Amino acid sequence: MPTIVVDVMPKAELLDPQGKAVAGALSRTGRTGFSSVRIGKRFELTVDGPVDDELRASVQQIAEEILSNSVIEDVVNIDFGDEADESTEG
Amino acid sequence: MRIGVITFPGSLDDRDAQRAVRLAGGEPVALWHGSHDLEGVDALILPGGFSYGDYLRCGAIASLSPIMTEVVDAANAGLPVLGICNGFQMLAEAHLLEGGLIRNDHGSFICRDQVLTVENTETAWTSDFEAGQQITIPLKNGEGGFIADADTLDRLEGEGRVAFRYVDVNPNGSMRDIAGITNARGNVVGLMPHPEHAVEPGFGPDTAAAMRSGVDGLGFFTSVIRKALVEA
Repeated sequence: MPTIVVDVMPKAELLDPQGKAVAGALSRTGRTGFSSVRIGKRFELTVDGPVDDELRASVQQIAEEILSNSVIEDVVNIDFGDEADESTEG
Repeated sequence: MRIGVITFPGSLDDRDAQRAVRLAGGEPVALWHGSHDLEGVDALILPGGFSYGDYLRCGAIASLSPIMTEVVDAANAGLPVLGICNGFQMLAEAHLLEGGLIRNDHGSFICRDQVLTVENTETAWTSDFEAGQQITIPLKNGEGGFIADADTLDRLEGEGRVAFRYVDVNPNGSMRDIAGITNARGNVVGLMPHPEHAVEPGFGPDTAAAMRSGVDGLGFFTSVIRKALVEA
């Protein structure tokens, strides 16, 4: 069954307290060389049928209206799994 | 006056809000998220808590609840709606109020008695206060940082829609110290601090007069009740 992956990140200009906390832990444990860490979300939507244009439009809308809040986040990528269908899955 | 308090899965302060309504002289009506019936109430409260475990985003899944269809319609028709903490987050997610709430800038949950300035006394929920009045009510949140883009912030301030601002301490990194806002019509109000926890002597914040004697939150509930009586 095809899996669609949606990536959502906090807006670049906003403080990401979670990422900041991780960055602090990295530096405390001596892992230097990282100027920042940002934490986002990955959604995997497994679909029953084929990924057609109608479904693509629907996922686009779901990503923008439900999976993310445009006030605080951006949808940075939607992977419809086209390449995986042809190469790695077979 | 009958004031509905909607319980969502994970609501914590629904019964506290009902008690506040009762102490202010109103009749609380318990409403359920899964219903489509507002039972003819005269005002609505979306209470605090952690609906759906704050999954996805705070208030996001609750804002898609069955009853929210009716809440949005009623709010747009002018019914007074108060969102407290998680309820404020729901109103933002439902686009009834601008902006969003993100994790506190210091990364920690915070619980304290918080001083606020009431900046807008024209709303359905603030008319019993005086403009500029300072009140102290509990604040308890992990994701209370109010954010919006600069244009939205300017517009909110220009239209007098910043209803409450934090005083002395900005407890969560909220932009421009904003603790709560109202819609243009003044019937929909959302704030992070909890007025329903400061309504009964002995159970509120400390005051100069006595421990736990603070009842500054009562004004929210008496405002909406008095306004209804005046308009009736």
